[in-house]
Amino acid sequence: MSIRTEPLIGVTRARPRRRPASLAAWLDREPVFSWLMMTAPILFLAAFVGYPFVYGILLSLQDRPVAHVGTFVGLKNFVRDFNDPIFWRVAVNTFVYTGVATLLKMIGGLALAVAMNQNFRMKNLVRAVLLLPFIVPTVLSTVAWMWMLDPAFSIFNWFLIALGMPKPGPSWLGNPTLAMASIIVINTWRGLPFYGITLLAGLQTVPPELYEAATIDGASGWQRFRYVTLPLLQPIILIVTLFSVIFTFADFQLVYVLTHGGPQNATQLFATYAFDIGMGAGQLGLGASVALTMLPALALLILALTLYMRRQ
Amino acid sequence: MVTGHTRLEQAVRVWLPVGFFLLLALFPFYWMAITSVKPNAELYNRNMMPLLVHNPTLKHYVGLLTETSFLLWTWNTLLVAVISTAISLVLGTMLAYPLARMRFAGAGLIAMTVAAIYLVPQPLLFLPLADVINRLDLGNTLTAVILTYPTMLVPFCAWLLIGYFKTVPKELEEAARIDGASRFQTMRRVFLPLCTPGFISAGIFAFTLSQNEFLYALIFLTKSSVRTVPVGVIAELIRGDVFYWGQLMAGALLGSIPVALIYSFFVEHYVAGLTSGSVKG
Repeated sequence: MSIRTEPLIGVTRARPRRRPASLAAWLDREPVFSWLMMTAPILFLAAFVGYPFVYGILLSLQDRPVAHVGTFVGLKNFVRDFNDPIFWRVAVNTFVYTGVATLLKMIGGLALAVAMNQNFRMKNLVRAVLLLPFIVPTVLSTVAWMWMLDPAFSIFNWFLIALGMPKPGPSWLGNPTLAMASIIVINTWRGLPFYGITLLAGLQTVPPELYEAATIDGASGWQRFRYVTLPLLQPIILIVTLFSVIFTFADFQLVYVLTHGGPQNATQLFATYAFDIGMGAGQLGLGASVALTMLPALALLILALTLYMRRQ
Repeated sequence: MVTGHTRLEQAVRVWLPVGFFLLLALFPFYWMAITSVKPNAELYNRNMMPLLVHNPTLKHYVGLLTETSFLLWTWNTLLVAVISTAISLVLGTMLAYPLARMRFAGAGLIAMTVAAIYLVPQPLLFLPLADVINRLDLGNTLTAVILTYPTMLVPFCAWLLIGYFKTVPKELEEAARIDGASRFQTMRRVFLPLCTPGFISAGIFAFTLSQNEFLYALIFLTKSSVRTVPVGVIAELIRGDVFYWGQLMAGALLGSIPVALIYSFFVEHYVAGLTSGSVKG
């Protein structure tokens, strides 16, 4: 460090500067410049992410009705969560939702990427259009789905009845299993383009020579996919999947808008349940404890993803 | 023979799967659009073929624009999105430049923390944050969301920009330094003007993310005059158990248009950001 800055100080001394040379030189030292630059964003994030995070942990240890002073109750909120049958229902729901939706997005996304990785006209336009579900605000597209799944006027039921199913057809959001299937399908619909287009970018980096070599060696289409494409895509698949798992696991808006967690908590997820308890019932402490039960799983996922990305 | 496909075979191989994905992606929007122009008599008639509009009407749009505060919500949404995107780009750059270019103790730790914060989902923070906003007396002000959206946007922009900054060659900065420019001058005058594509990518992403945000807006904005489009649509077009489907669909469609427009102008930047953002770090 000193070796690099020494001649610089010499240079600044030799010529007259607007600022005192020593201060200017000090400000131009890499650590000083860096930390000064980062001060504002770090303070901002400490105030609005760091502090609420710590405060959330304290809140989860309190009995804290809204607009009242909290009293410290230790781990009582967590004990209450673990004895609450709905909490376990929520945990199972969240894992099913995350697992199935992620799997569907992965398979569908791979299929989309492979289909798009051919030469055809208007490819860029198609790619742009395919991303629409991902960029349109979730709440607004979910409202459209809600109407498509309406108990009386569902377009799917219109098709099913036209095909001979007895009226009124399935109650998509009234039946617990169908409601879960519905939120999974909509989450997949929204997230699939992200998978597909990211994987497509990965596919385009695979050198064509590899496919040619595999073809000459007699590999079938499936074998080329299995032994050439998949291994090369593996790092991207892993990263996209971790991403998707994190944000599906903590999903809120889709479920809040479509089912409010119903029927009978069949689609209640951690985030919507924490919202119901914290905001709906005004039990801030208990709600914070429900939200924090997501932390161990999330922390593991986030750590895995950050470490993996650093290694890349 | 690999090249033995006829044109027809080729077209089927491409358009059968691609057409399926296009249909899947676009049908909800088609449904949104035709519902919004159907008169109620058609909307709630189970015997009419629902895929087509028989007597199109703009009644729902007129209703939406005159009976609700939809235009105000749209203005609020755009205002919040623009300001929080601007804040996030500035603060994000202030984090990204040192992390991408300087060597100093603690850089690795800060970079990891920034990445981790980006990945922390809102539901983990919304309850304590609601209390913080209440204590700051910011409930029902746009400031509440302008301050909180950057909590997810700053780490995101920083992270995307670090990736972009690293792809810019160092020679120009080194030349400027040799010419006697300070580090700050080098950054502002020499380096940042080279990074416009990176800023566009990060900006578009931040903009669409803030348009999409729902949880904080739902909690902090409970008065109609300060609501954003997603919250306004959910809170005021669904009154009790009564759904105004025509207006809901009109609102959903109009609410999607600003994002879709911005996106269509910068789609290449968006895709570049999407694919680099998750692959590089």
